[in-house]
Parts: sequence; structure tokens; C-alpha cells
Amino acid sequence: MLLLAVSMLVSLSIGSAGILLKDVWGILLHQLIGGSDAGQTWSAGDVAVVTQVRLSRVLLAVLVGACLALAGAGFQGVLRNPLAEPYTLGVASGSSVGAAYMILFGYQTLIGMWTIPAVAFATGVVTLFGVIWLSRGRSGMQLETLILSGVIVQSFLGAFVSLMVSMSNSVVNQILFWLMGSLALKSWGHVYVLIPFLLIGLPLLFAYANPLNLMVFGERHASHLGIRVERTKLIVLIGSTLLTAAAVSVSGVVGFVGLVIPHLIRLIAGPDYRLLIPLSAIGGGIFMLWADTIARMAFSPKEIPLGVVTALIGAPFFAYLLYRSKRSQEEMA
Amino acid sequence: MIEAKQLTKSIHGNSILNGVTHSFQAGCFYGIIGPNGVGKSTLLQLLSGAAKPTAGEVLLAGKPLDSYGAKQLARKLAVLQQGGLPSAAFTVREVVGMGRYPYQNWFGDEKNDPAALIDRALEAMGLTALQHRQLERLSGGERQRAALAKVMVQEAELIMLDEPTTYLDIGYQIHLLDTVQAWQRERELTVIAVLHDLNLAALYCDQLLVLHEGGIAASGPPREVLNESLIRSVYGAGATIVAHPATGVPQILLQPGGSAPLR
Repeated sequence: MLLLAVSMLVSLSIGSAGILLKDVWGILLHQLIGGSDAGQTWSAGDVAVVTQVRLSRVLLAVLVGACLALAGAGFQGVLRNPLAEPYTLGVASGSSVGAAYMILFGYQTLIGMWTIPAVAFATGVVTLFGVIWLSRGRSGMQLETLILSGVIVQSFLGAFVSLMVSMSNSVVNQILFWLMGSLALKSWGHVYVLIPFLLIGLPLLFAYANPLNLMVFGERHASHLGIRVERTKLIVLIGSTLLTAAAVSVSGVVGFVGLVIPHLIRLIAGPDYRLLIPLSAIGGGIFMLWADTIARMAFSPKEIPLGVVTALIGAPFFAYLLYRSKRSQEEMA
Repeated sequence: MIEAKQLTKSIHGNSILNGVTHSFQAGCFYGIIGPNGVGKSTLLQLLSGAAKPTAGEVLLAGKPLDSYGAKQLARKLAVLQQGGLPSAAFTVREVVGMGRYPYQNWFGDEKNDPAALIDRALEAMGLTALQHRQLERLSGGERQRAALAKVMVQEAELIMLDEPTTYLDIGYQIHLLDTVQAWQRERELTVIAVLHDLNLAALYCDQLLVLHEGGIAASGPPREVLNESLIRSVYGAGATIVAHPATGVPQILLQPGGSAPLR
């Protein structure tokens, strides 16, 4: 939590506009607690950069990271598969199809800039229900079937996205850029959209932390301890999907966070979902914030896609942690 | 305690059980025996509610099984699954504590602190020294004992064991069944165990249920049930039955060359 706060302050303080450090802090303090306008060393433009651009972006990065990591923990808990991540069941592909379609044909509706996020969200959620419907048998959802259906739907929809990318030369970069994920040019509106999802998703998943713990030993085992397994699976999957779809519709398909952060937390804090779920949310927020800060600062003023950064710094870091935990296990044995 | 009424189960059109009816009395140690693939585990799954019968019903304390809530059922009936616990990074104590889930509220708390109960179960299974060890660092036998400790902590009146001694060496087999029997007698629990080993079944069970061709071929105390003609008709194997020198229960000596042609 403390690390998150510090990260947010540091990230706020750096940016391409070249505002002095003391001015950033001055603006923040001024906005928070008020005070006299005398002795101000900053301009109105600086205030706008800090409050409108940087602060909203920092908060958005934290929210997107938290949503994705939380969803990742949920998916891994239900699917009991270490490779599960928020996109395993095809949610991201569904969202991508919707977004790519809207970008390609340039449709705009009454809701203006919200068109692409809204369509991406809707197609992502529809995709999950399609996958669940495909894998639903008489005795409930079989995990293997569920994952396989997800993989099939994912590659099917992925083909559509590739088709749309290849159909259009002029907007190809726009679609690809959306797919790779970015938090550039977002506003407070996007922040307000994500907050309710996180406010509902976090407590919902946390309420299922104990059942998820017991599911580690298998579904039959959990049901003998009095868990309604099918209901737990459905609620956690839908909750995680809504979080994923919301995050993807705002930021595009940012990979790696949802896969790696829950594993990372597991390596540090152990397998208990009562710790894993809240810590994943915080860890995801911190990780995404730093990734986004690097994305906008590394080749400033040009931005690199967020998905590139998350994979570039996330993968080696994860590899290092994995190596270290293996080493310490062997030493103890 | 629990009653099977005309239980029928078919899977993909193959009939496994065909109208099994039996009443299990409270406070007894039951053994379900029979050859491979005869539906012993299926019967246990139907009795525990893990699978639904194609026809017929199960009554627990006079009420149909599906009239119980999930947690309510878990407080009455605990199951030790075949194959034991898969590996996980939880510690032994955490795993045993999971047996308290049916007594916990939404936050994972319960009225009385279960620590003493967990301590006792760990001690009974000889796991006190290992309680902070992660499950994935235990041997198969230790893991099976952890699984049984978890079932003990669940404090159910009816315990179902699905081949609890598979993969254990004879020392652990005897230790595990001794523990279950002592605990069953102390609390007057009902135990229903699927067992592979007829000699162990005869040593520990008050009542045996022999499954054959989708139905019950024989039932009663081991002395009445286990005889040479039954072994031959059910298992197709020649055997000599002798009385155990210490307890007098029937024990089976296999005879080489005595097998009937396989059908």
C-alpha cells in the first residue's frame, strides 16, 4: 500500500512537459488543501498538465493494473491452471474484434469517444458467455472443456482481428496500437468508469477467497466441504471477466500483468487467496503504473505501447523470481 | 443413519448399479468390497451426494440427500477421497484447518476457536512436528494422514473412505485404519469404507457389503459373508479361508492356479 502511494507520487512528478518538481508538489498541495495564490511559480497550463493529464493517467494505470491482476487471480483460482490469465477464455479477443471493427469502419455513435470502449466491453462479455455455453454439460462446466473452448474461440476471433487488420492499410496502425495497449489520451471519464468495476469486483472475489482456497484440491474435494462448486466457478469467472473487459475496453489488450502478478504475489505471500486477491490488486496497480511511466518516459515524447513494456520488464523479473524460489527450495530440501 | 433406496446408475448407457437397496446403521463400520469396476466408488459417490443417481434416492437421517444445504451436509458427512490430496503450497496446519469450512461464516470465522481441535487431529495423525511444513514437501503417506486429519476436523457423524489404504505400505495401512477405528468407537461414528484388501476389510469392518454385477451379492458380518464359494463366484479366484489366530475373523489365502476362466 505504501509502495503504491510512493510510486504514484514519483510517477506524478515526472513527465515530458518539464514542470519543476517543486511545482508539481505545489500544485497538488494547492489543489488538495487550498491556500493563497500568492507566491505561485506555476502557470495555469502546468496545473492542467498535472491534474488533468498526469493525475488521471496515474490513477488509470493503477486501476487497469489492479483490475487485470485481480481477474488473473480469479481465473487462475477457478481454472486451477498456472497458465490461466484474464485472456484465457477469449475475453480479450472478443473485445478486440469489437474494437477493431469499430476502428476499421470508423463507426461513431451517440456516445462519441465511448463507442469503442462500450463495444469492446460488450463483445468481450458476450464472448465469455459463448465460451461458457459451449462448455456447459449436464454435470456442469468441465475445466478442460472450458479452457479448450476458450482457446478455440480465442483463435477464431483472433483470425477475424487479423483479417480486419489486413483489410485496411490506412488504419492498420490504429488497430495494432489499440491491440498492444496504451493509456495515452485518456481522461478522468475513463477513471470513473473503472472505479465501480473495481469497487464491486474486489469485494466479490475476496468473498470467494476461502472457497477458492479449498478448490486447490479439486472440485469434488471442495464440494464435500460444503462449497457450491458450480456457483462459485460461475460467479468468479463472471466477476473476473467483467473486470477484464472493463480494463481492456479502456486500455487495450495489455498482456502479462494478469498472468504474472498473481504468480509473483504467490511466490512472495503464499497460496492463500485471502492474501492473494487484495495483494494482486495492489501489485497489479504498482506494476502497471511503473510500466506506463516507462512507456511514456523512455523515448519521451514518443510513447512505446504499454504491452511491450509490461512484457519487457515483467518477463525477466518473473524469471528471476522463479529462479530464486527454485534455488531456495533446493537448498532447504 | 443413511439409506440407499433402489439406487440405479448408468453412465453413457452402461448400467453400473442396478437397484441397490441397503440401510446403514449408525455406529457401525461398513466395508464395501467387490472386484474392479463393479461400482464400489460409484456407490460411495451416490451415497455422499457427489453424483446423482439415474433412479432411486438416498436418505440421510430420514431425509433425502438433496434436501440438505451444501454446508449442512458437510457437517454431517465427510469424505476421504481416493488418491489423497494433490500437492499444494499450503502448510499441513492450513490444510487440516480447511476441514472447518462448513462451520465458518461468510468471513471465514467460526464461533469457537478451532485451534485445539486442529491440534488434537494433528497429534492423532502424528503430524504435530510437520504442521508448518508445506503439503508439497510431504511423502504420500504423510499427505494421506493430513487428509484424514482434515476429515477428523470436519466432525461429521458419517465418514466415507474411498480406498484409504491404496499406495500406503502395510505399516501405514494398519496405522490409518487403527486410528479410524479408535475414533469411530470413541465418538460412535458411522464409517463406510470402500476397501480393496479383503483381509483388512475382515479385520476392521463390522459389516461387509459385497457388490457384484450391479447389485449386492452378500451382506453381513465378515464371518458370515466371506466364504470360499463367494470368493469364487464374485472374484473368480480360488481361495482358502482361515480364521485369524488372534481375532478369529476370516482371512483369505490365495491359491495359485485356482482362477476360473475370465468372462
